[in-house]
Amino acid sequence: MGIHRGHRARPLEWLVEKAILAVSFSTIGVVFLIFVFIGREALPVFTGHISSAALIDAIPAEKLKAGPVIDLLDYLGLSRGDALERVVRNARSARTDFAGLAPADVADALAVEPDEFTGRLARVLEPTLSVESGDLVKALPVLQGHEAEVKAWLVHKVRNVLELLMEVRSEDFAEKSVTLASAPDARVNTAAWRYLLLPYQWKGYDKPEYIWQPIGNIHKYNIVPLFVGSLKITLVGLLFAVPLALGAAIYVSQLARPKVKEWVKPAIELLAGIPSVVVGSFALLVLASTMQNLFGYTTRLNVFVAGIALGIAVIPLVFSIAEDALTSVPRSYSQAALAIGASQWRTAWDIVLPAALPGVFASVVLGFGRAIGETMIVLMVCSASVMSWSIFDSARSITTTIAAEMAEAVAGGHHYRILFMLGTMLFGVTFVTNFIGDLVINRLKGRLEGRK
Amino acid sequence: MSTAPAQPPGSTARPAPRLTRQRTDWSSALWTSATLLGTSFILVLLIWIVGDIVVHGLPGLSWRFVFTTPKKDFFEPGSAAVLPMVVGTTIRVLVMTIFVLPIGVITAIYLTEYAHTTSIYTRVIRSAIANLAGVPSIVFGLFGLGFFINFLGKNIDLAIGATSRFGHPSVLWASLTLAVMTLPVMVIATEESLKAITPGLREASLALGATKLQTITRIVLPNAMPGILTGAILAISRAAGEVAPILFTGAAYYMADLPTKLTDQFMDLGYHTFVLSTQSPDIDKTRPILYATVLVLLMLTFTLNAFAIVARARMRRAMRAGH
Repeated sequence: MGIHRGHRARPLEWLVEKAILAVSFSTIGVVFLIFVFIGREALPVFTGHISSAALIDAIPAEKLKAGPVIDLLDYLGLSRGDALERVVRNARSARTDFAGLAPADVADALAVEPDEFTGRLARVLEPTLSVESGDLVKALPVLQGHEAEVKAWLVHKVRNVLELLMEVRSEDFAEKSVTLASAPDARVNTAAWRYLLLPYQWKGYDKPEYIWQPIGNIHKYNIVPLFVGSLKITLVGLLFAVPLALGAAIYVSQLARPKVKEWVKPAIELLAGIPSVVVGSFALLVLASTMQNLFGYTTRLNVFVAGIALGIAVIPLVFSIAEDALTSVPRSYSQAALAIGASQWRTAWDIVLPAALPGVFASVVLGFGRAIGETMIVLMVCSASVMSWSIFDSARSITTTIAAEMAEAVAGGHHYRILFMLGTMLFGVTFVTNFIGDLVINRLKGRLEGRK
Repeated sequence: MSTAPAQPPGSTARPAPRLTRQRTDWSSALWTSATLLGTSFILVLLIWIVGDIVVHGLPGLSWRFVFTTPKKDFFEPGSAAVLPMVVGTTIRVLVMTIFVLPIGVITAIYLTEYAHTTSIYTRVIRSAIANLAGVPSIVFGLFGLGFFINFLGKNIDLAIGATSRFGHPSVLWASLTLAVMTLPVMVIATEESLKAITPGLREASLALGATKLQTITRIVLPNAMPGILTGAILAISRAAGEVAPILFTGAAYYMADLPTKLTDQFMDLGYHTFVLSTQSPDIDKTRPILYATVLVLLMLTFTLNAFAIVARARMRRAMRAGH
C-alpha cells in the first residue's frame, strides 16, 4: 500500500525507510553472529588444532624456533588471534611508555636485535602490526622516522611473552612428568576426534568405553554419552507430551464447544508461562517422589522423571502449533463432512487432521527442538553422566553439561572449547529442526489459503 | 449413515419421527472422550503445579521475606530473603526491554508496512526470526559469553585501556543476551497487532494526503499500542523466568550489595531458585524457602502472562469484529 516515492521527493522519509530496513536486517545479523561467535570459540576443536594431553613431551626451544611460528603458537595453546591481541595491547601500553621520552632516547629505547625467528613472527602478525605501529607513530610525533624500528620493537615484545610462556610450560611439564610418567594415557590428546566419538580403553577399565569425565589429570571428552542422554530424555519427553498435546489440540480445535475452548486455550497457554526452573523445582520436590512411589524404581532422579518434567514444558508448544494448524483448515472441509453425516470425531480424524498433517508434523519437530534444547529442568532433575540405555538411570544431556561445567572451565582452554563445540552442534541441530518446521508450516498455510 | 430417520420397531410410542442416530457411534465417543481426557489431564497438571506451589509457598511468604536482604548463608530459614534477587531480575528485564522494544517494533513495522511479502529479504528475515525463536536458551548463554563478553567486552576494555571493566559478566551483557533471545517474541506480537489494524484506516490517512511515515507514526502505531505493549509484556515474562542465558553472562551466586552500575553482576530470582534446590546442604530445612521463592517467581511471571493473554484475546476478538 502507499505510493512509491523516490528519495528526491522526500529525503527524510527515504532516510527513515532505509533506517527501518537496516534495523530489521539486524535479526539476520544476529543469527549470523550467533553462528560465527559460538563457532569461533569452538574452531580449534573442529580443525584439530588443540591438544588436551595431560603430558606433552617438551620440545626443545631451539627446535620450535626453527619451525613455523604457527606451530609454536599451537604448542603454547594460543591462537593467531591471541598473538595479534598481544600486539594491540603492547601498542596501547607503549603510548604511555614513549610519551615522556626525549627524541634523542627514542632510538635507544627501540633498539632490539632482530633475528630469523622474529622475522617469521613479524610475517604472521603483519596486518595488525602495520595498523598498530602506524597508529603509534601518528599518535607520538617523537617516534616519527622510526617506523620500521617500532614494528620490530612490537614483535620483540610479543616474542618475549611467547618465550616466557614457553618457559612456564616446560617447567610445568617437568613437574607433571614426574607424577604422570607412569600413566599410559597421559600423552593421549583427548580432544582429538577419535577420542571424542569412539570408545577407548582407558587405564583401569577392562574394555573400551565411552566416557565423559573432564576432571582429574586426564580429561576424558567422549561426547557420545551426552548425545545418548539428550536423546533419551527428549524421547521420553516427547512420548509423554505429544499424544497429550495432540489430543488436546484436536479436542480444543474441533470437538469442544466455543465456551470451553475460550477457557481451555488460555489455560494451556498459561502453562507455557511457567518458567522452566519452576517446573524443575516441582519435578524435584513433588514429581520425583510421586513417580518413585508409583513405579518403584531405585534411582529417584532419573531420565524418566526428567522426561516427564520436560514433557510438561513441551506440551504448550506442541499444543499451540498443532491447534493453530488444525484451526487453519477451512471450515468448508469439516462442514462438508458433517453434512453428509460423519460424526464430529470422524470429521476431525479423517478430514481435518489429514489436511493439517504437515502442521501437526511441524509441531512435533519443533517440540523436539525445544526439548533437546531445554536446560534447567534436566539440570535440576538428573545430571550424572552414565552411558546407559535404560530410562531408569540418570543421564546427562548436552545442555546440562554446558550449563554445569562452563563455570569451571578455563576460558580458552580445551574444556571450554569442547563445551562451545557442543553448543555449536546443538545450535546446528535446532537450526535444522526449526528450518524444517518453518518450511512445512509455510507450505501448509500456502496450500490451505490457496496460494501456490 | 447415522442420521437416517429409520425407527426401531419398539419406538412407535414417540410423538413424532425425529432425526436421531441409529446407534451410538462407539468408536467416535471413545476417541472424543480420550481427547477430552488428555485435555483434562493437562489442565490437572497445571492446577497441580500451581496449587502445590501456592499451598506450600504461602506460609513462607512475608513482607520480611520479600523486602529484606539475606545474610551470606541464604539457606538459613530465619534470615532468608529475596529482595536482591527481585531487584536483580527487575533490572535485567527492564534494561532488556530498552533494547528489544525499539528493534522489535521497527522490524515488525518493516515486515507489515514496507516489505513485499514475496521478496527474498522478507523471507530471509522471517525465517531468521523463526529460527531465533527456536534456538535453545543455553545457546544464547554461550553466545553472550562468546560475543558480548569475550569479544565486545574485551575489545572495549582494550580500547579504553581499562582492565576488566566490560570483559566480565554483568547486568548489561545479561540484558543484551536476553534482548536477542526475546526479539522474536516482540516482533511476532507487534506484527500481529499491526496486522489487526484495518487497511481502511491506513488508506483513509493516505487519502487525506499524509505520507506513509506520517500514517505509520500517527495512525498505525497509536492504534497498535496495546498490541505492542502486550508483546513487551510477553517478552518480559519470558525473560524473567529464563535462567540458562544468564548463567555465564551475569548472574551471581551471592552479592552483598545491590547492583549499582550496568557493569555489576546481580543476583537473580530464577538462578536463586536453582541454587536453593540443587546446592542446599539440608534440603528439608530449605524446602519452605525454596517454595516461597518459587512462588514469588511464579507470581511475577504469571501476572505478566495472564495480563498479556487477556489483552491478546481481546485484541483478536476486536480484529475479528473489525473485519
